[in-house]
Amino acid sequence: MLRLVNVNSNYGLVHVLKNVSLHVGKGEVVTIIGANGAGKTTTLRAISGLQPVAEGQIYLDGKDITGIAAQKLVAMGVAHVPEGRQIFAPMSVHDNLELGGLQVYRRFGRKQLKCEIESMFERFEVLRDRQNQYAGTLSGGEQQMLALAMALMSRPRLLLLDEPSMGLAPLIVKEIFRIIEELQSENGLTVLLIEQNANAALKISDRGYVLETGRIVLEADAEKLLSNPEVKRAYLGREQREIWE
Amino acid sequence: MPFWKQEIECIDREELSQVQLEGLQATLNRVYKNVRHFRKIFREIDFVPEDLRSLDDLKRLPFLTRKDLGKNYPYDLFAVPLREVVRLHTTSFNFDEPIVIGFTRNDMINWTELTARNLFAMGVTKDDVLQVALNFGSMSGPFGFQAGAERIGASVIPMSGGKPAEQVKVMRDFKTTVLISTPTAALRLARAMEEMDVDPHALVLKLGVFGSEPWGESMRAEIESRLHIPAADTYGLTEAFVPGVAWECPAKNGLHLAEDHFIAEVIDPATGDVLPPGSEGELVITTISKEAFPLIRFKTGDITKIDEAPCSCGRTHCRISRIFSRCDDVMILRGVSITPDQIGRILARINGSAPVFQLVVERNDDADQLFVRIEISDRFFFDEMKKQRRFVEEVHKAVSEFLGWEVNVRLVESGTFDHNKQVLDMRRFV
Repeated sequence: MLRLVNVNSNYGLVHVLKNVSLHVGKGEVVTIIGANGAGKTTTLRAISGLQPVAEGQIYLDGKDITGIAAQKLVAMGVAHVPEGRQIFAPMSVHDNLELGGLQVYRRFGRKQLKCEIESMFERFEVLRDRQNQYAGTLSGGEQQMLALAMALMSRPRLLLLDEPSMGLAPLIVKEIFRIIEELQSENGLTVLLIEQNANAALKISDRGYVLETGRIVLEADAEKLLSNPEVKRAYLGREQREIWE
Repeated sequence: MPFWKQEIECIDREELSQVQLEGLQATLNRVYKNVRHFRKIFREIDFVPEDLRSLDDLKRLPFLTRKDLGKNYPYDLFAVPLREVVRLHTTSFNFDEPIVIGFTRNDMINWTELTARNLFAMGVTKDDVLQVALNFGSMSGPFGFQAGAERIGASVIPMSGGKPAEQVKVMRDFKTTVLISTPTAALRLARAMEEMDVDPHALVLKLGVFGSEPWGESMRAEIESRLHIPAADTYGLTEAFVPGVAWECPAKNGLHLAEDHFIAEVIDPATGDVLPPGSEGELVITTISKEAFPLIRFKTGDITKIDEAPCSCGRTHCRISRIFSRCDDVMILRGVSITPDQIGRILARINGSAPVFQLVVERNDDADQLFVRIEISDRFFFDEMKKQRRFVEEVHKAVSEFLGWEVNVRLVESGTFDHNKQVLDMRRFV
């Protein structure tokens, strides 16, 4: 469904992504893991059109989407939940959801939008209780759920999730991962996930990629990655120079 | 037609090239970071992993030879620390130039999966009883077959290379359905059955999986008619996986290479140029999933050709033709590879300097035989028969000890054989 071939990207003079190639099949949950600064977020931003791609191609369902503006990609079914719960704090939860459903409103009108919001409330019961509160007054976990719901309002085929567990209590992290798993199994949603919490993310994933200083060093099934020490090395840097001790 | 993993075995070729590119890039990133040898040879040609943009760029990289593997003995080509290695194998007892191959836990999982895919494609199911009549220890193949068969859920009898009579008894009493052995061992079993008056029809044998020796279509026909089973060929590389590199599907039209784990090229062994699909040349293998012991453009020495046309069985992975010959002077006898250099070194040890000699390989109906012909020269002209005989006996003992089975040694007059032909393979693979 999603295919990246030799994607390169720079921040000024800094070469961040070096020939990143990866693919996500339809209905798959794929995780990218890696240390801080490995280029995980950049990869996601490159896919959703927020970060210019210096070289390489990105294909969505076989169509080249490299360089297509972010807002157009949303209409094509790509939803990006950025890091750090970027919701509109001074607006109510309900208004936030309406904003997320802009595409639905444009295409199907007000009634359908209401329907969609209702279905979001069904999935995220907490948000129904809080619908008239300012989004900024929600707890971290609730804000993350709101961010997720906003992305889902655009009825994506591909959901890009940037560190959904960041700064959340373990119980809420579990809840969020449960929801992601549910979305995949019930709606056949394709998910590309970025996580620091490698264990939790790999448990709900089909496959994973390990990113290290802008290069992919490992690609494998999730369960193989879980037991792979290379993953640890990707986080901690090289263990030692010699192969034996 | 049954598939073990249909989504991989029948993958779209375009998707497959994406999988291969990803695997190759990740492998190169890892070896460049972790293996000194690759870092050095990549720097020599001014290559960094980022330069690999497509699978075609692989052609730029230098080859990896068995010599390179030997030079980096024991652990210098490992891409992971030794503590992550869970299995070590050595190449078929070349203790002169040993090579150590390591496997991580994930390598073992991949090996098992590939062998399971191999056996399943040949028709092995969980109801089968497999008799593995290969030597455990000196070969890694039997371990792979055992793991793969157990993954499918079949029962495994690790028989190792027992006496033919014992093998037949086990085959009859344990109701073996699948025989895994070398092709020559299968013929030995057929003879033992005739001697023991066991009718192959009375057995429940349904399939034979043979490998680790070159064998031709005539030998296949012979095995099939004498044991009354279909015989399937499988191909592996000790340096990668045995088995699990390539295997025959029921269409028996070449061996499907597991392209989601390996990239195959065929090169002209003389010039090193990559040949177009369909031309015959040396097989070069690059691994894209191995963690402990990755191979980048490894020259296998095996002569084959690649066929990318879709197979009637539905699998999309390319097929290599059956392998009968090599482009170097390595001989594969009784599942073990032998080079004339090794024999030469043994002769030199006995004699002080290596005499002119020729190795003749013949296949009698039950096994490969090795004849060492040593040319009589001035140095070797022993006027005393006793001395001469003792020399022959010493050579016979040393070489037989080295190989683990009896060889024939003969002194011949000069001019009996062509000095440029150190190996004379009389086996016919047709």
